[in-house]
Amino acid sequence: MHMADALLAPAVAATMYVASGTVAGVSIHKLKKDDEPQKLPTMAVTAALVFAGQMINYTIPGTGSSGHMCGGMLLSALLGPQAGFLSMIVILAIQCLFFADGGLMALGANIWNMAFYGCFVGYYLIWRPIMKSSWFGSGRSAQRLRIIVASIIGCVVTLQLGAFSVVIETSLSGITELPFGAFCALMQPIHLAIGLVEGLITAAVLCFVFESRPELLRDVEAEGKGANDKKSLITTIVILAILALVVGGGLSLLASSNPDGLEWALFGNEEEGYAANMGLDEEDFGVSSKAADTAGSIQEATSFLPDYAFPDSESPVGTTVSGIVGSAIVAGVAVLICFAGGFFRRKKAEEVPAEGTKEEQNT
Amino acid sequence: MNKVEKALSELGAMDELAAQDSPIHRLSAAAKLLNTIAYIIIVMSFDKYQLSGLIPMLLWPVLLFQLSGIRVGTCFYKLRIVLPLVMAVGLFNPIFDRHILLHVGKLAVSGGVISMLTLMLKGVLCLMASFLLVATTPFDCICAALRKMHVPKTLVTLLLLTYRYVGVMTEEVAVMTDAYHLRAPGQKGIHVSAWGSFLGQLLLRSMDRAQELYSSMLLRGYHQHFHYAPEKPFKAADAAYLILSIALFLALRFVDLSQLLGRMIVR
Repeated sequence: MHMADALLAPAVAATMYVASGTVAGVSIHKLKKDDEPQKLPTMAVTAALVFAGQMINYTIPGTGSSGHMCGGMLLSALLGPQAGFLSMIVILAIQCLFFADGGLMALGANIWNMAFYGCFVGYYLIWRPIMKSSWFGSGRSAQRLRIIVASIIGCVVTLQLGAFSVVIETSLSGITELPFGAFCALMQPIHLAIGLVEGLITAAVLCFVFESRPELLRDVEAEGKGANDKKSLITTIVILAILALVVGGGLSLLASSNPDGLEWALFGNEEEGYAANMGLDEEDFGVSSKAADTAGSIQEATSFLPDYAFPDSESPVGTTVSGIVGSAIVAGVAVLICFAGGFFRRKKAEEVPAEGTKEEQNT
Repeated sequence: MNKVEKALSELGAMDELAAQDSPIHRLSAAAKLLNTIAYIIIVMSFDKYQLSGLIPMLLWPVLLFQLSGIRVGTCFYKLRIVLPLVMAVGLFNPIFDRHILLHVGKLAVSGGVISMLTLMLKGVLCLMASFLLVATTPFDCICAALRKMHVPKTLVTLLLLTYRYVGVMTEEVAVMTDAYHLRAPGQKGIHVSAWGSFLGQLLLRSMDRAQELYSSMLLRGYHQHFHYAPEKPFKAADAAYLILSIALFLALRFVDLSQLLGRMIVR
């Protein structure tokens, strides 16, 4: 799900950087407020472990394929949402810089899609409510079941949200011609399957930790707590119902008669007037209104190369030919630079041993 | 060599590249970081049909590869990670965008094909830029530059510490994976019965190690202040590199060099 820079427009990338940066700022502030300096090495070592652990292939029985662990849920269950979020940022930054897994300018979007949902949504809306609930009764086996359920639901929901965000970010960037609905239909089911597998693997690791050192897990009591916390169960059900509505609402776009819900919302319905959907007045805010003209002139003044377009160029054939010829020249220049670089390096390499021999002779 | 070992050697190879010496390696990390960010933003800002305008942007990374003495091939190996999602998105463009944009002789080329090629080229260019940054700058210098740019201390320290431990942990995972596969020959991955214990064991050891690490940091006088790499002064050469390169990017962004050169020949 790591997005490359090519999939985003600068405005979308910047917006996602601001969003992720704000959450990172709040997380750092919270960590400092809690005064937990010893957490930094723990965060670093756990982040490094998750980084390495994500490279392990786990065989999925009966399929012949393999899956990986979900970092966000694991980190927030061990370190808490804020520390987990910061650790995920660091993992994503190292993956991006050293393994080209995700782009440098797309890092903000990747942090949001994987770290924010995995740590904050996964922890506050799924892990904590489930672990504090009295689902499956009391005792160690009930705790273990709650861990499994929380891990699976957490991974599935956060991956679905992440995949949906990838679709929105790419569509808003105007990168793909793939209709919004079709893009969703491509991304969501794949990530549903991935989420289930990742949930199971994460649950297995967390259950092992629970059996060995339960004190390491957040919101988990070693001996199992009293099982009559009805208020938290109701809260859990309400939160999960809201979450189901949100996710279900998102997925229903796929099944609706108008699959391009985002395009409809953004661009309006031509028959009813473009502004009808927003409840705005057509004369003031429609396509031929003063507001639209002003916005158009601002856009023209601020956009890069506003009149550039292949199809509307004065002489399409001429433009095409000159473009191809020019590109070939540029490619030729690039090759020349390579040759020149190689030539100078060889020359330098020849000079160095020659100087070395001279020095040896002198000594 | 298994996947984990490959990652480990890739990490080591990047460190070795960054430790080399060249005019690009000698530049300040902050200048290179800002230059990379500017380059990527400008590449991202090209319109989906501006393929001819985007091609000259290739000249910059090619020039840097030559000046830094790094082989272009080392970068292309990493494309295996970037291209799948980019291609998955881009390959649909020729199907959905079929309006003819130009003719090359008798061959009609649709807008979808142009936008797909633009998208892939953008992917390659952005990858080259970030690869060049890391291949010509030691990681602790990048972290020092981030601090200079007022990125919070907590985040930068965490980045440095994690980077230090990524190598250690990856090595441990590589050893464990090797040992597992020697005892389970012919098995593709970790069996379901060992899903929890395999990583869980390492996780428990790591938590203890983190405590020991913190204790040793305290014994060496750690008081929430981390000493970063010695900062290289931002010299006139760095400023010139930054200003000239950004001016070049902007010129290439606003002037279609391919068209310009082509017109000189065709007319």
